[in-house]
Amino acid sequence: MQITTLTLILFAIAASAFYFGRERSLAVATGPKKLLSLHSLPGYYGYYTAIWALLPALAIILTWILLEPKVIVALIVKGLPGAAQSMSPGELNLLVNNIQNLASGDVVAVEIDAVIREASLRYQDLSSVSRQMLVTLTLGVAAFGSVFGWRRITPDFRARNRVESVVSAFLIAASSIAILTTIGIVMSVLFEAIRFFREVPVTEFLFGLNWSPQTAIRADQVGSSGSFGAVPLITGTLLITSIAMVVAVPVGIMTAIFLAEYSSSRIRSITKPALEILAGIPTVVYGFFAALTVAPIVRTAGESMGFEVASESALAAGLVMGIMIIPLVSSLSDDAINAVPSAMRDGALALGSTRSETVIKVLLPAALPGIVGGVLLAISRAIGETMIVVMAAGLAANLTANPLEAVTTVTVQIVTLLVGDQEFDSAKTLAAFALGLMLFLITLGLNVLGLKVVRKYREQYD
Amino acid sequence: MVSGNPSSRARVEAGLGKRRRREIIFRSFGLAATLVGIFFLVAFFWTLIAKGASAFAQTFVQLDIEFAEEALAPGGELDLEFADFDSIARTALRTKFPEVTSRNDRRELNRLISVGAGYQIRESIIQNPELLGKTVAMQVPAAANVDMLIKGNIDRNVPADQRPLSDQQIHWIDALVADGSLVKKFNKALFVNGDSREPELAGIRGALMGSFYMLVITIALAFPIGAAAAVYLEEFATKNRWADLIEVNINNLAAVPSIVFGLLGLAVFINWIGIPRSAPLVGGLVLSLLTLPVIIIAARAAIKAVPPSIREAAFGLGASKMQVMFHHVLPLALPGMLTGAIIGMSRALGESAPLLMIGMVAFIVDVPASISDPATALPVQIYLWADSPERAFAERTSAAIIILLGFLLLMNLAAVIMRRKVERRW
Repeated sequence: MQITTLTLILFAIAASAFYFGRERSLAVATGPKKLLSLHSLPGYYGYYTAIWALLPALAIILTWILLEPKVIVALIVKGLPGAAQSMSPGELNLLVNNIQNLASGDVVAVEIDAVIREASLRYQDLSSVSRQMLVTLTLGVAAFGSVFGWRRITPDFRARNRVESVVSAFLIAASSIAILTTIGIVMSVLFEAIRFFREVPVTEFLFGLNWSPQTAIRADQVGSSGSFGAVPLITGTLLITSIAMVVAVPVGIMTAIFLAEYSSSRIRSITKPALEILAGIPTVVYGFFAALTVAPIVRTAGESMGFEVASESALAAGLVMGIMIIPLVSSLSDDAINAVPSAMRDGALALGSTRSETVIKVLLPAALPGIVGGVLLAISRAIGETMIVVMAAGLAANLTANPLEAVTTVTVQIVTLLVGDQEFDSAKTLAAFALGLMLFLITLGLNVLGLKVVRKYREQYD
Repeated sequence: MVSGNPSSRARVEAGLGKRRRREIIFRSFGLAATLVGIFFLVAFFWTLIAKGASAFAQTFVQLDIEFAEEALAPGGELDLEFADFDSIARTALRTKFPEVTSRNDRRELNRLISVGAGYQIRESIIQNPELLGKTVAMQVPAAANVDMLIKGNIDRNVPADQRPLSDQQIHWIDALVADGSLVKKFNKALFVNGDSREPELAGIRGALMGSFYMLVITIALAFPIGAAAAVYLEEFATKNRWADLIEVNINNLAAVPSIVFGLLGLAVFINWIGIPRSAPLVGGLVLSLLTLPVIIIAARAAIKAVPPSIREAAFGLGASKMQVMFHHVLPLALPGMLTGAIIGMSRALGESAPLLMIGMVAFIVDVPASISDPATALPVQIYLWADSPERAFAERTSAAIIILLGFLLLMNLAAVIMRRKVERRW
């Protein structure tokens, strides 16, 4: 039986448990004012029974799904002959894979010998036994739970409070997922990064000037010692980010000023949503645009002026990233400018200053902290942006400040290290997690700072 | 007559021209900045449509296909396993050019039709076994290069060794055009096929299904959890350290680079829990975590917008806190929450960086049939096609982008309409 069918059956059981629980509450209600003798509304008794039918059974299914494959593999490995037991983890893993493939009827990579055949039969056996156990256990628990819940129903039983406490446990659990996600992110990058730093010293990673993350297959290979100096990646990221900021910050702020101070409300009502479309375009589309439209234009333009331009220049990626960030900068600046009390604006205008003088001398200084906070968030966005640079920036880690050359970024390297076949014990794969940790910490710092500045400033005038 | 110090008045008047000029300059900077954004938006859509619109039509070759019995059913029975359907298509093409005899020329001629022609002939004989022994006029897909030449994407004027078609092939194509054998039809393959190495056979169906499964998982997980978290934070959480921590967390999570969520998915869902790589299940889980903050923030705003009088009235009638929430506040806040959910979904649909981390970039021909089959997603398909060197894939990439943007537009329109419809003034 499929897990989905089993779950559907469970829900059907829960629905009938609801019905019978409700009926029982009506049946046990006695006295002259029948319903009023009940502590809770009849529906709550139904919900109470349904919860008893559903939750324990669902918990069993979940644990089963999580543990079943591991237990079965452990049993299979235990049953293998001695020669297989002494294999290295990698070889054993391969063998188990073949056994699993044979059991599920897929193509097997190696010649099938008696050991694999026998093990795959055992695998099929164990799987079907496990499935039967799961079905019996779940349905049994569901039935037992329904009966248990149903029998507890008496007129005095405080069903509403019980149901509400289950619901509130669910609410608390749901809100903790945000925290769990953060912990998950930190743990997943931290553990792999620590393994990486055991092989490559932290100082080399942070201050090394060379990035070529190949690790040798043979010891005598040319260039066998991979070097993991992240400095070229950081400078590359910063180069592209600064190009993006040079585009996005002035354009974003001026757009916000124009829309807030100069344009008529009709133009604003058209322009603002149009710019928001820019914010909604997926980044992969920007990447395509950067690689196939902007990069050739930048290249021909540069070469006609006599510069040598790499086909994957930092300039093209940075320009397009800047366009992507314009809406973010302009909407955050808009918030900051609108938060300045209009008394300040009116006062400046009444003293005879022109609109531009009001903006430059009064509004911008007052809105500056908010704008700076917005720019920090924009920088963090640019540093973490992936698809544009993966598609339009280069792979070679050049240590350069020339925007016409190809550079690579932290995100590009994470993608190239992790896409394709990977082994989880090579420094190459682990390096991606070290880069991820660095990326997470940098963006986290910028975000915390940016959000703090934006919020603190907003409260100032409220 | 204005009284005052004449010299300061003169100073002000002398500066007026300069100040007005500055004002105009500043203003035009503002206008220019606004136009930059608009210009890019227009340039964007213009290049996309100019590049991608042609991909919705596709060139087909009209051929008289002979379902010869000796080729298809040597033993009297239809023999699908050994019949050479490709050669049937080639023979049909060769009858149009009887003068082609040398092996080399014949090979060049054969390259004009797609390998998909064989599949198409196979399908039609399976569906219609009575075709055996008959000759039928069929339109089979032309090779991608023929399509590109017809659409004007291959320049005839460059030397023959720099273009993918030889002079002779162009000559044949012209002959086919002249006798009306080349027809342009709606490119159905783009919508019903999975990915393929051959541009003329490649379609987005597999990627669409992958995206669909992921979005279903995302909405099924992220909306209830997000709504519950918002309800808790807005109505039940006492203002303590824990609530503050969650609040700061959610705001930060909304700004964490999406690729980091991909690392989380790789380390936790794939390596730790052991869900298979490339499966929409993993993608859906990662995207749920990614959209959760967006949904929570929108849902909290929607709950906040419900006026306290509603709550107080319900409390006054003796409702419990939960009853107030679930019977009164939540139904009123639901449209706003759903709007936020749709916005979150549209963000999830366009996301590709975390999917690269969890192995959804594999070349997958089959359309996924369940949430644990290997799959890719629409934006990842765009990324893959954008990387392909063939000219015909560039056109298809643009077409796939147009389709993706179309879906995003629909979702956002739905959100806007919903917001307009349910927006209430209390």
